[in-house]
Amino acid sequence: MKKMNRRTKTVMLAAAILLILAAIAIAGLVMNADSYGPDYGAKKLAPSAAHLFGTDYLGRDMFCRTIKGLSNSILLGTAAAGFSACVALILGIVSAAIGGTVDKVISYLVDLFMGIPHMVLLMLISFAAGKGLKGVILGVALSHWPNLTRVIRGEVLQVKNMQFVKAAQKLGKTKTQVAYQHIFPHVVSQFIVGLILLFPHAILHEAGITFLGFGLSVDTPAIGIILSEALKHISTGMWWLVLFPGGLLVLVVMMFDKLGDYIRLLIDPASAQE
Amino acid sequence: MESGNNVLEVKNLSVSFKMYDKGLEQIDLKVISSLNISVKENELLAIAGSSGSGKSLLADAILGILPDNASVSGDMLYYNTPLTKERQEKLRGREIALVPQSVDFLDPLMQTGKQVIGVRGSAEKQKQVFRRYGLKEEVEKMYPFQLSGGMARRVLVSTALIGDAKLIVADEPTPGLSKTMAKEAMGHFRSLADEGRAVILITHDIDLAFEYADAVAVFYAGTTVETASAEDFRKGPDALRHPYSKALWAALPQNGFQPIPGTQPYAGSLPKGCLFAPRCSKKTKECTDQEVIPMRTLRGGEVCCIHAD
Amino acid sequence: MGSTLLRMILLLFGVSAISFMLVISSPIDPVEAFVGSESNISKEQKEIVAEYWGLDQPPLQRYLTWLKNLFHGDMGDSIAYKKPVTQVLAERFATSCVLMLTAWLISGALGFVLGILAGICSGKWPDKIIKTFCFVLSSTPAFWMGLLLLVIFAVNLGWFPVGFAVPVGKSAADVTIGERIHHLILPALTLSITGVANIALHTRQKIIDVMKSRYVLFAKARGENTWQILKRHGLRNIAIPAITLQFASFSELFGGSVLAEQVFSYPGLGNAATVAGIKGDAPLLLGVALFSVLFVFVGNLTANILYGVINPQIREGTES
Repeated sequence: MKKMNRRTKTVMLAAAILLILAAIAIAGLVMNADSYGPDYGAKKLAPSAAHLFGTDYLGRDMFCRTIKGLSNSILLGTAAAGFSACVALILGIVSAAIGGTVDKVISYLVDLFMGIPHMVLLMLISFAAGKGLKGVILGVALSHWPNLTRVIRGEVLQVKNMQFVKAAQKLGKTKTQVAYQHIFPHVVSQFIVGLILLFPHAILHEAGITFLGFGLSVDTPAIGIILSEALKHISTGMWWLVLFPGGLLVLVVMMFDKLGDYIRLLIDPASAQE
Repeated sequence: MESGNNVLEVKNLSVSFKMYDKGLEQIDLKVISSLNISVKENELLAIAGSSGSGKSLLADAILGILPDNASVSGDMLYYNTPLTKERQEKLRGREIALVPQSVDFLDPLMQTGKQVIGVRGSAEKQKQVFRRYGLKEEVEKMYPFQLSGGMARRVLVSTALIGDAKLIVADEPTPGLSKTMAKEAMGHFRSLADEGRAVILITHDIDLAFEYADAVAVFYAGTTVETASAEDFRKGPDALRHPYSKALWAALPQNGFQPIPGTQPYAGSLPKGCLFAPRCSKKTKECTDQEVIPMRTLRGGEVCCIHAD
Repeated sequence: MGSTLLRMILLLFGVSAISFMLVISSPIDPVEAFVGSESNISKEQKEIVAEYWGLDQPPLQRYLTWLKNLFHGDMGDSIAYKKPVTQVLAERFATSCVLMLTAWLISGALGFVLGILAGICSGKWPDKIIKTFCFVLSSTPAFWMGLLLLVIFAVNLGWFPVGFAVPVGKSAADVTIGERIHHLILPALTLSITGVANIALHTRQKIIDVMKSRYVLFAKARGENTWQILKRHGLRNIAIPAITLQFASFSELFGGSVLAEQVFSYPGLGNAATVAGIKGDAPLLLGVALFSVLFVFVGNLTANILYGVINPQIREGTES
């Protein structure tokens, strides 16, 4: 059998991860609400063939509930990360390209937001937005832009000062041409990788804040809520309420991280010399 | 000066690296191919060639400190016995010493005195060596970034003398130095050789090389194309054998600064046969027919050229 | 040094302003939160309370008043605990401090050792194992880890208590140090876990960079073996980044403590923040937020100072 080229393998793995994540997200969207609703006849059951992850104290099937929760997390995380990344991209580019006072102000804001622990910032934003679902989404979306902004700003500054950009300018190319041909490709690769790596952070933070009790009502399937319920019933020994939802969350986060790694390998081959 | 025993003999040395090309393809890069040099006691051998031809890797190969993804083939004999990896580990820092290029090779957070002592030396020996090179006591407590250019040069040479070095390999000791300082540095190595050691000096300062050395090996595209006595270089291009050596001589400022067209081939794209053939005015079909042009003795020196006379 | 301090003070003010603005722009009515939703206080009485609290003044005015009070040591009263905020903070500070300190030391020590091991054996199986371990760990929410520890060691095996800082029902004077430590172990482990992964990976990378450096190459050329290189050059050259990283991790530490304290019902500052957030206790939330910012600030400041002290280039002054 022909040995697969490393590049092809990476592409295939990345595609596989993408498919799995999409499948979970879509499965959650199309899921019938009954499949994760209460069933009083099947309360507190340990995992079995009928209920892969067991049931909780209301008889809800944990497998369906977990998948629905993961789906929510993936969708929410994606939306929040996407929003954060766009804000970071704009601010980063503006900050580095314009420089001067604008740069100082944006850098000050970045330092500001990075001086508050993530959880506290999340709580403040959620609180400000009224603690509901809107608060959680806004909180997660607004607490991740600082780091990526700094990275993008650094990239743009670096490229701006590189010899070949100055050479291009001397050769008469206009500022926009320089921006498009030289700065853009460099920044895009960092942006894409940074974006993908934001997802796991967003998901973990969303799980954290819903675990604490912010945001969603107790019925909504979200991994954080499922786990806080598990905490309330911890003494009943229903270990499956803790193991599976959390375990699957870990798997999803790992998949996003790996996806980020693979895409970085494909876009930025210099990092392949490990 | 009468040369003594053979200290180091390198025969047919080849060094290649496993690297990843763009798109994650794995390729082998041959940076040194079929290289031959030898150096005796009391002898200063200069290895001369233009920058970037892989000369530093030769130093690493002799010391045995090439990176893990390097593969080495060929023979190295130290005092006529094979220089195995185990022997290299035992001898380096003692009998075989490296004088590095710059203070970048020193630990920035360790005082100079302690670094020169290393793991094989003593404080006594270090003070002795510092005195020999006129380095005051306060230099011992300084950090590398505090050393001036001249001081740095002398500290680096001191590291080689802490043990009982019989073979010293100096890697590019002169770049960035003023003419006076460079001559002083070369003078150090000259006296080290005169004291009975074998010194290999890797450099691209060709005129300094043939002024102070006993023998010169000309390095091109990862191999030695000629080995001649320094006398031959001082005499002029007619005494030299290989077309590249003659071109090197002619390119020197004092000889007219005449360049030849083309550039050295990159390790990834070496031509078949004679590596210099693409730029040579004397090339014939035979030059590219063979895989490798062997070294042959000619007029008391050695050369890798079919047409040399 | 002076300009850094000034910059940091400006940041502190900025953060306090932002926190304040966020808190007061909440649609949660502090009067509602104070009186509770079941009471039947009339609208007029609510308005009197609101006016008393100065809720009808413009935001900037309220911020300045709050700042003024702050400098007098008055952070208002906690709605949830019915005590001055300063008192709540003081009571819980020690508890959180001990928890965070223990976790900080554990993650620092463990992370450092694992990182060095992985870096030295780069590419070989110890490195692969440690890398995978760290990868999984950093994808794990700390609170889930806490829950697992709780289920296995407290509920199933019964080795540790299920929560709280001290045994329930005992008066403060009767609690022994041993019991305090007993209650501290699981929460501290939980909190240290994510820290370990981060520190190990960073240390690993730094060791790899050091081992690839020119001065290590030269050290090898002088006959130093791996152990000697590590001792003479490795530790010294990663000390600065390692220490800086340790002190920069205050932010993650505090954030983690919020979650860890929730899992173990540990009565610290993190727990206070959660309660404040859920119950709409604006003064307390603001108080904890401010404290956390100060905490991070102290960490970063310490890192900066230590960096200047340890690095000889800054200590002895650079020479051209």
